[in-house]
Amino acid sequence: MMLIELSGIERVFTLGDNVVRALTQFDLAVAAGEYLAVMGASGSGKSTLLNLLGLLDRPDAGTYRLEGRAVTTLSADQQARVRRERIGFVFQSFHLVPRLTAAENIALPLMLAGVEPAERARRVERALADFGLANRAGHRPDQLSGGQRQRVAIARATIMRPALILADEPTGNLDRTTGAEVVRLLEMLNAGGVTLIMVTHDTVLGARARRRLVLQDGRKICDEPA
Amino acid sequence: MNLPDTLRFATRAAAGAPLRTFLMVLAMSIGVAAVVVLTALGDGARRYVVDEFSALGSNLVIVLPGRSETGGFNPANAITATVRDLTVEDARALTRAPAVLRTAPITIGTSEAVFGGRLRDVTIVGTTADYLRLRRMELAQGRFLPDDEPHAAVAVIGATIRDELFGAESALGKTLRIDDRRVRVIGVLARSGQGLGMNADEVVILPVVVAQAMFNTNTLFRILVEAKDRSLIERAKMQTTEILKARHDGEEDVTVITQDAVLATFDRILGALTYGVAAIAAISLVVAGILVMNVMLVAVTQRTGEIGLLKALGAEGRAIRNAFLAEAALLSAAGALAGYLLGQAGAFALRAAIPALPAHAPDWAVLAALGTALAAGLLFGVMPARRAARLDPVLALAKR
Repeated sequence: MMLIELSGIERVFTLGDNVVRALTQFDLAVAAGEYLAVMGASGSGKSTLLNLLGLLDRPDAGTYRLEGRAVTTLSADQQARVRRERIGFVFQSFHLVPRLTAAENIALPLMLAGVEPAERARRVERALADFGLANRAGHRPDQLSGGQRQRVAIARATIMRPALILADEPTGNLDRTTGAEVVRLLEMLNAGGVTLIMVTHDTVLGARARRRLVLQDGRKICDEPA
Repeated sequence: MNLPDTLRFATRAAAGAPLRTFLMVLAMSIGVAAVVVLTALGDGARRYVVDEFSALGSNLVIVLPGRSETGGFNPANAITATVRDLTVEDARALTRAPAVLRTAPITIGTSEAVFGGRLRDVTIVGTTADYLRLRRMELAQGRFLPDDEPHAAVAVIGATIRDELFGAESALGKTLRIDDRRVRVIGVLARSGQGLGMNADEVVILPVVVAQAMFNTNTLFRILVEAKDRSLIERAKMQTTEILKARHDGEEDVTVITQDAVLATFDRILGALTYGVAAIAAISLVVAGILVMNVMLVAVTQRTGEIGLLKALGAEGRAIRNAFLAEAALLSAAGALAGYLLGQAGAFALRAAIPALPAHAPDWAVLAALGTALAAGLLFGVMPARRAARLDPVLALAKR
């Protein structure tokens, strides 16, 4: 069984009089544990694809099955639960809550899921240790370096042990060295069995992925080596 | 997200924007404080008036000359409505009523009192010996008007009059000149402070006949009647009316009111005033509620990125709505509490500044103010919270 099955996906935006076909007749199958880089020029549809995969957006047509379950027809709250339990997001601009400490940011998904405070503290502590942030637990995002912030974000994305990590230009706001560190971290998680889908402009980064998907005008123009 | 987490999250959010939080709490607290202070003032005024009326004496029935017409024009009145004056004899006749303990006729006027070159405007009260007991007054020196000599040229003076005309000298036995008549001072009233309508410290009390002669009249201003007991007030009123009707050729040409009725009227009027003032102050609470809404809408806009993130992390719409509602409720609660303390401090300051005014905010007003503040905060918090919950996550995340 495939982790992700997209078939006949259409996503159309209407901007004024212009009709933009962000994704058209789009099919995709991703197996569990894959490492997939999504590349393409601006406006090629890769962000739309990521939003659809993350259940942040709904397609106008077509079906999306995640772990065999049709998720496009779920209610907003049911989709929220799927996001919480099965999907982790890593953003280019980290998206940490500025007034919360690193530990509290990592604990957010646990808090939203209603996990007991004691259990929460235990899991956050372990995550902090795993990601080399043990001595940064009480620091707010503005007291952390870019690399540390992204590590906090990755810790938060993985704290619920999701099946799928969606990373949107995770190194876009980082210098080359820290960027490489962050990518290695994500690849380590992938090696541990988590499916990793990463949107990137960076061809070097894209070349590291085992599978590369290139989009243009809402269509796949290249899918290798699948 | 469970309740403690929601509250903690909301508290952190409120603490994260201290200026915004301070301004909101301030606005809400001013509203609550206004209700507390203004109702304290209104209720204090009501209690003040009621207390002053009670100080007039107890179990009182008051007789006024003339009939207060409530029935409109009646042709019979045109022929027979000659108002008979109240007389000293009327007052004396009333003492025969079984429910009546004592009566005091009152005639009032103003004149000038002169002693040793010092001159002062005074209020003259003409009455009889029973007035002192009926009004529950105390003498500081000497004695009150004699029972047996209604024509004696004697006077009992208020404490202020004594001070101003006699200074350090003793007033007792001195002769005072009032309106070209000489009267001997036989008593000084104990200082009583401000009384309703008339300051008892600034009166000169003369025998009623002397006062009537002075003002060249034989009518009375009022007759005060004291019933034997509280339960006999209504009976005393009835008997008074009957006796006077009989004495006035069957004509009911006086108005008899009880102190209780007057008290109740004042109580109602001032009570209504307090409600009115509370309602006006409550408007400021509604304004504060609108401010809560405004501030929360700004907060939703400012934190759009955060809301998008929470949605991406799997927050249900309900969790986000509750977080913003909790924040509005917390701010309102803090404002209500601060306003309550501020209001009580204000009422305390009022009492310190005007000791005569028992300015305590009534419990209902305090509860209503706190309740309205919380309700307004929550009510006006609903719209921003719902807006936050309905944000499109893709657009929300794109914003930052």
